[in-house]
Amino acid sequence: MGNRFNRSRRNPLAATLVIAAGLLFSGGGYAVATNVVATTAATEYTAEQISEGRKLFLANCASCHGLNSEGTAAGPSLIGVGAASVDFQVGTGRMPGQGSGPQLPKKKVQFTDEQISLMGAYIASLAPGPAIPDQKYLEATGDATHGGELFRINCAMCHNAVGAAGALTEGKYAPNLDGVEAKHVYEAMLIGPQNMPVFNDANITPQDKNDIITYLAYIEENPSAGGFELGSLGPVAEGLFIWIFGLGLIVAITVWLGAKSN
Amino acid sequence: MAGKDLEKGLEAEGFEHDFESGLAVIPPDKIKDPGLEPHRVRMTDKVPSKAKNAEIQVAAMFLVSVLGSFFALWAYVAFPITEDLSTVRANNLFLGLGMTLSLFGIGIGAVHWAKTLMPDFEVTEARHQTRGSEDVRAAAVEIVKLADSESGFSRRKLIRRTLYGALALFPLPALIVFGDLGPPVGNTLRQTMWKAGTRLTKDPTGIPIKAADVTLGSVFHVIPEGLAEMHHHKLEEKAKAAVLLVRLPQEDLKEAPEKTSWSYDGIVAYSKICTHVGCPVALYEQQTHHLLCPCHQSTFDVTEHCKVVFGPASRPLPQLPISVDAEGYLIAQSDFLEPVGPSFWER
Amino acid sequence: MTTTVETKKQGGALAATANYLDERVGVGGILKNFGRKVFPDHWSFMLGEVALYSFVILLISGTFLTFFYQPAMTEVIYDGAYVPLKGAQMSIAYASSLDISFEIRGGMLMRQAHHWSALLFVAAAGLHMLRVFFTGAFRKPREINWLVGFMLFILGMAAGFTGYSLPDDLLSGNGLRIIDGMIKGIPVIGTTTSSFLFGGEFPGTEIVARLYGLHILLVPALILIFIAIHLFMVIIHKHTHYSGPGRTDENVVGYPLMPVYVAKAGGFFFIVFGVVMAISATFTINPIWNYGPYDPSPVSAGTQPDWYIGWLDGALRLAPSNLDVSIFGYTYPFGVLIPLVGSLVFLGLVAVYPFVEAWVTGDKREHHVLDRPRNAPVRTAIGAAGVTFYGVLWAAASTDLIAVFFQMSLNHVLTVMQIMLIAGPVAAYMITKRTCLALQRKDREIVLHGRETGRIVRLPHGEYIEVHEPLDKFEMYKLVDFKDYRPTVVRPNKYGKITVGTRLRAALSRVYFEDRIAPVTQTELNEAQSHDHSPAVSAPAAQDQLTK
Repeated sequence: MGNRFNRSRRNPLAATLVIAAGLLFSGGGYAVATNVVATTAATEYTAEQISEGRKLFLANCASCHGLNSEGTAAGPSLIGVGAASVDFQVGTGRMPGQGSGPQLPKKKVQFTDEQISLMGAYIASLAPGPAIPDQKYLEATGDATHGGELFRINCAMCHNAVGAAGALTEGKYAPNLDGVEAKHVYEAMLIGPQNMPVFNDANITPQDKNDIITYLAYIEENPSAGGFELGSLGPVAEGLFIWIFGLGLIVAITVWLGAKSN
Repeated sequence: MAGKDLEKGLEAEGFEHDFESGLAVIPPDKIKDPGLEPHRVRMTDKVPSKAKNAEIQVAAMFLVSVLGSFFALWAYVAFPITEDLSTVRANNLFLGLGMTLSLFGIGIGAVHWAKTLMPDFEVTEARHQTRGSEDVRAAAVEIVKLADSESGFSRRKLIRRTLYGALALFPLPALIVFGDLGPPVGNTLRQTMWKAGTRLTKDPTGIPIKAADVTLGSVFHVIPEGLAEMHHHKLEEKAKAAVLLVRLPQEDLKEAPEKTSWSYDGIVAYSKICTHVGCPVALYEQQTHHLLCPCHQSTFDVTEHCKVVFGPASRPLPQLPISVDAEGYLIAQSDFLEPVGPSFWER
Repeated sequence: MTTTVETKKQGGALAATANYLDERVGVGGILKNFGRKVFPDHWSFMLGEVALYSFVILLISGTFLTFFYQPAMTEVIYDGAYVPLKGAQMSIAYASSLDISFEIRGGMLMRQAHHWSALLFVAAAGLHMLRVFFTGAFRKPREINWLVGFMLFILGMAAGFTGYSLPDDLLSGNGLRIIDGMIKGIPVIGTTTSSFLFGGEFPGTEIVARLYGLHILLVPALILIFIAIHLFMVIIHKHTHYSGPGRTDENVVGYPLMPVYVAKAGGFFFIVFGVVMAISATFTINPIWNYGPYDPSPVSAGTQPDWYIGWLDGALRLAPSNLDVSIFGYTYPFGVLIPLVGSLVFLGLVAVYPFVEAWVTGDKREHHVLDRPRNAPVRTAIGAAGVTFYGVLWAAASTDLIAVFFQMSLNHVLTVMQIMLIAGPVAAYMITKRTCLALQRKDREIVLHGRETGRIVRLPHGEYIEVHEPLDKFEMYKLVDFKDYRPTVVRPNKYGKITVGTRLRAALSRVYFEDRIAPVTQTELNEAQSHDHSPAVSAPAAQDQLTK
């Protein structure tokens, strides 16, 4: 036993260091073990925000999601869903959910941005969960080519190659993405709302998500160079169009052609 | 009962042959044909100024066409294409509209000319029976008979039969040269790129996937390690090796006893190639644990070894047995234990 | 001693040209025989022309495309104007298609004109085929022309399919994947055929170039040959015409080729071309840049083939689940084979229909006067059933789009269509037949008693009557000139036997002609007119006063 050991044992920081190391490992291990998604931006919420959010929650959400967000028969537990879920669900009007059906549709947003943020603060305070994305990942400055490739592999089968909407089973659907805010696109990928799968940051990294947002922004801002798009629905729309308008017009002309002149 | 072609009967020129009328009912007191309707005079024939108007209208349409042609020629040059794709839209639109007017003008003008100014008296033309007259047919028969007697075709059995044989067989060499259109199938349908230890990687980047990354509700689109870097045969391998990776709560998975080792901690990997006709079964419904193929809506239940629960597919998706390596990355334990994709004869 | 014939030069350059050609090609004779050929004038006769003109547009626009499109599957990195694909890896075929759309002036226009007129070609051919069917224009002597036309319809589908697979995009590539899956399922020869088609494993590097050869050479050559035969037959048979005053099976009534039809039909070509150009200038078709290059992993929601292949895709979707059967170690995927064989059977029935009907009626006369559909109720009902069957299959190809846009369950939509596939044609047959018979009865009423004018008149002695306007003899003839058939009775043949064929024919003839409305005869007309004429309204002058 040399002076070295004596010195470290007597070092007041040693304990702190050991505790910090322990926390790091256990916290990281906890994160790995429960597969909590790494958040892109750690948002700090004040106690007042959390308490205001809780009031809004109790008034509008607790009847289905439980007084402590533990869930009821009518709605799942919100513990661990994160502020991103609140921002998405309430921010697109899907929540508060009304009525039953195969899927909750998007409808008129019922709360102000401020209120949504407060409710998000409350839910985030319950347990760590996906956070509202950093603004830098929402600008359309990514790689649209990479974004398009990722979109086709991960998203097009449900939403259609340019996000025009697609069918799922039993009356469910993947909605049209036109006009959806970049923030909501990001959040939806992150949280996997309803039957949409979760695209966590290990699968589609934040930069990948930004690339996808860039691709969608390009599609939205650049109408087709060929003319009207007929809803970007593909050959079905084109076939209907040629039969109804193309042949229809031509048959009308043949009737004129074959008719006796006055 | 032989029927006569309407009342004209045998007097109709060239309609000498009497055909069987079968089940037709020919009443003796059919209402008589009143002949062509009297001609109704057009305005353009009655009133010369209307005819002049029609002429001006036709000429105007042809002029529209002329203008359209010039417009199209101008638009081709006036709307050049740059990197900005809205210039393509403009070029397409104006060039196309110019061409439309250029064509439409001629068409409408010509038709209007015919309708208003050309004579609209209906004309009758006699038909002739398609069947040849008796003498024509007799002459044809004579010619054939003559050819036959001069060649001896019917008489000379040896010549005739060997000729048939030769004609039947000569096309076959022309067909057999297509034999190298494609290689023999061999084992290609039964093997994929997956082997014991091959890492599961993300499509399209080829980045390996850790088991810890696959959270509940996730779906990963997977290709085998090495595929992303391939230059040759890449799509052919991908068309067999594409895989979907999802994680379910262990208690939801109803696994056959011999396949419990194929999953890892609730993570399962299934072939993405639909067993119906081969489209990628890519839609994953997180809550219902169903995989839906967008082409013909075959639906597979991930909780029950991807058996078919709806749609025209006929066999479950093959499962890829997986495990993890020392670093926590997901690896295949072996290739698929059955052929992936659509059913085939030799399966 | 030679005799010289002196000819005075008349006319100018036109006469000189005509003379030059006549002395070498005999154009004088051609003009004499064909120049005043008569064509009947009805709009429904122009549908075949729409198809013909669409084909001409396809040839013209297609030729343009061949100068720019490259049918190679070698991979390149895209560096063109379309931003979301810059730097992406794709085949040369796909890259050249993008270049046609975005780099070449008029390229987008020609590509769209080509694809739109392809859709129009098959649609017009299909509508023309329906017109021919419902008017009985396939009867003798035109049975062979029906088969030629049928082949043209099939070749049109083949041309379309090979064509839209050429850009090697995700949508058409998945179509090829489906075809490959179907081919692999064919017993015995399936896997070998698949290898032959793709030059090995799917997708391979050969398929685009092979489809290109089919698309620009073989299929158009066959289409041209069949069009030539089709038109040649129209010339030798002359065109059919609808029944009417002065129209018989021995004449054709209409307008002469020169100048009326040259102007009308020639003008119509420009009109069709104009419509196609108008659509191509304003509406996007097949935006391949949205789908991306073909890759076996991604797929888009709403993956459908072009409309004319839709019925086959619908057939695949409607097949029930889990239909693989294994016999002696070999697999029969009936989920694929039933739609495949079923489609071929349906096409076969369409092709042989004229022969079936001819056998049942035993009518071997030439028919040049067309039937109004109502006057052949069973044929029309069969046609309606066939159209319904085809239509349900066609609609079944878009089950997912129907589900999304009408907010229905995908599964319900499919189940309903499975039911409609069987119930629909049956219902269509029954409803159509009854409707035809009812319309025929209405026609009889009008012939016998005139048209109801809706005017009520009180006669001097107090009776109320509705004034009927009798048809003039020209209108009347249209309604009474149609073929009438009677079912046959089973009779033994010369050996005293009643064969199965005879029984079948008798049974079919009952199906066809049991319910029939005969045309009004002169006797019936006289009788009806003597009934209708009461003293107060019999005088022609009084009739005129009442109907003024």
